[in-house]
Amino acid sequence: MEPSHHPEPAGSSSGTGGRPPEPPVVHLRRAVALLGDFPALAGADLDVGRGEIVLLRGANGAGKTTVLRTLAGLVRVSEGEATVLGVDLVTDRNAVRHRVGLLGHGTGLYEELTVADNVRFWARACRARPEDADAAMARLGVDGRLRNVAVGRLSTGQRRRTSLACLVARRPELWLLDEPHAGLDQEGRDVVDSLVRDATAAGATVVMSSHELDRALSLADVVVTVAGGTTRREQPGPVVVPMIGDPQEAPDVA
Amino acid sequence: MTTHSSATGGRTVPAAPSPAAPTSTGSPATRLLGIASLVGVAVLVALGLWLTPDDVVQGDAVRILYIHVPSATMAYTGCFLTTLGSAIFLWKRSKWWELVAYASAELAAVFTAVTLATGMLWGRPTWGVFWVWDARLTSTAMLFLLLLGYLAVRRLPADYTVRAKRAAIVGLLLFPNVLIVRQSVEWWRTLHQEASLFNNGLGATIEGLMLFGLFFGFVVFGLIFAWLLIHRFRLAWLEEKVAGQGLHAAIAERRAEAGLDPAPPPTPAPSRPGAPTDQTRA
Amino acid sequence: MWRDALLVAGKDLRLEWRSRVALNQVVPFAMLVLIVFAFALDPDRGVLERATPGLYWVAVLFSGLLALQRSFTIEAVDGNRDSLRLSGLDPAGIFLGKAMAVGVQLLVLEVLLGIGVALLYTTQFRGWALLVATVVVATAGIAAAGTLYGVLAAGLRVRETLLPLLLLPVLAPVLIGSTRAFEAALADAPADGWPWIGLLAVFAVLYTVAGVLGFGPLLEES
Repeated sequence: MEPSHHPEPAGSSSGTGGRPPEPPVVHLRRAVALLGDFPALAGADLDVGRGEIVLLRGANGAGKTTVLRTLAGLVRVSEGEATVLGVDLVTDRNAVRHRVGLLGHGTGLYEELTVADNVRFWARACRARPEDADAAMARLGVDGRLRNVAVGRLSTGQRRRTSLACLVARRPELWLLDEPHAGLDQEGRDVVDSLVRDATAAGATVVMSSHELDRALSLADVVVTVAGGTTRREQPGPVVVPMIGDPQEAPDVA
Repeated sequence: MTTHSSATGGRTVPAAPSPAAPTSTGSPATRLLGIASLVGVAVLVALGLWLTPDDVVQGDAVRILYIHVPSATMAYTGCFLTTLGSAIFLWKRSKWWELVAYASAELAAVFTAVTLATGMLWGRPTWGVFWVWDARLTSTAMLFLLLLGYLAVRRLPADYTVRAKRAAIVGLLLFPNVLIVRQSVEWWRTLHQEASLFNNGLGATIEGLMLFGLFFGFVVFGLIFAWLLIHRFRLAWLEEKVAGQGLHAAIAERRAEAGLDPAPPPTPAPSRPGAPTDQTRA
Repeated sequence: MWRDALLVAGKDLRLEWRSRVALNQVVPFAMLVLIVFAFALDPDRGVLERATPGLYWVAVLFSGLLALQRSFTIEAVDGNRDSLRLSGLDPAGIFLGKAMAVGVQLLVLEVLLGIGVALLYTTQFRGWALLVATVVVATAGIAAAGTLYGVLAAGLRVRETLLPLLLLPVLAPVLIGSTRAFEAALADAPADGWPWIGLLAVFAVLYTVAGVLGFGPLLEES
């Protein structure tokens, strides 16, 4: 297991002398994000340092997906501060989009086109190299026979792998994964885990949401609880905060 | 909160629960306009039905023109306002102008319907048929359909921001579309040497009291347009305000899901310790 | 922008090639329209021959609506809109790419319809320069306006009913212009037809500009 990067202390600048701290990859302060009239984020605070693996957990409807989409620059932040990769989302969220990779609930794939067509199209769209696209497909196991199968004919798990391949080919600085393990078989989940570790080892940052707590907790450096459109970074350690809607489980440690 | 848009210049109803909520969309300005409009309409009716002479060719049917032509003018004016409002909204994100665009479009649709109806009523005695495919009537029918398209988008079952932006783009293109349609229809009907049956009624043959009547009609319809526009604008403003006012309450409610204090985010007050227990909530 | 446009156009056309919806469904639909007109208008009385330009362009218009709907149905996959927004593709490029793809499909359709009309309505084609010019400019206008209003209606549940309502009044000048131009060409009086090409060109330019500017904002959620 590779050494975990030193995480930024929550919510405050660490300035105890020596090297100036790296600016956080993600900085949210009292962020309010509106989906139409509904405040999906109602005052979220979050700081994520480079190279960290962050797990978002919370009940359904708490706002995990919105946090991810806001960090991707897709959702308008109407109040508060929001900075991702140095880009101020309140004023110019377009600028951050090509630097992040989002794995959402939907596949985002064209069903009538093959796996190779899809991955190549999305790779070329974001100016990725063709070698990266091919390597991504191989890594996700959708190479070989599946390359030329139309996406509409694939199983859910295979489609998910294809979507992941599109993301991997982008080589984003910030990975935003919405329930990446869902729909994948055991082997696929292992691939996701190894991808996440490799990405952070190479300097990227990963924020993911998951209900698959066993696996995710062992992967994550930092756990953030999302509830009611707000976020709370958990202290590392044996303390467990029961959350709304979570089934009662024996205290377990990250 | 109740709003009461009155057709007679803003009669108020007894105060609603909240003292700050308006109870009608009336005001001194609209009362003035309303009274002026009604008086003007009365005078116009007198002019149109009694004081002005018959037309040599059309007889009494010409009297409809006093309503028909100003209606058409107001329809096109409303249409232009919609495009203008949409443009400014898209450029400056000004909600005020977006609502002007919406209100204008609705009024323009009403006036277009009146134009078409009076046109058909005029056509029956004059040409013997309710409809002919001449340039003006056809263009007006197309204008009506373009306006209906704008209104359909503006009234979508969706959030205000979604509706407003899309309607604004339709609205921005509305007046250019109207111009292109008019031009193509006119070329079509005139180059084809169809009998331009509608060429009479305006221009050199109108004079004297009839010309004055027509002019007066423009003024009166302008007053009516302004009057109704103000009311409709205010009504739309209040409608959207009702929807938007819930934001702080919505934020508080959302935060309450997590058992946090509902303080709106901008206030830097710290969360109350010992927030209501959430462990027992379903 | 052009690089992205070609990429998107290529993707749309490749998709069409694999699924063959336009070929298998839209073209037969267009033929059906021609045939249905014959049922409605009594083929013996010469009405069909005289009305051929109009009927042709009405068939193009209705089939074009189908092709445009299809162009946005393929983008209706869950998560596709997000992917497009994140992809870094220039929205103006996406607009041009989609419009070009629809345009190509329409051109193929129009050629086939021309053959259909020659067979079914026994049309004699003359004035080829004017005919070709009309087809090119009208198609550009239909594709541009259709793609703009298409993205406007995309993502809304009422897209299928809203798009025709928005598009048909807007395309009325194209119908008028192209029909008149065709009539002029077939009647050996092309001088009457060329002014209409001017109108069609203005329309096409207006909507291309509007689409290039408006596609990006419309792709955003609100």
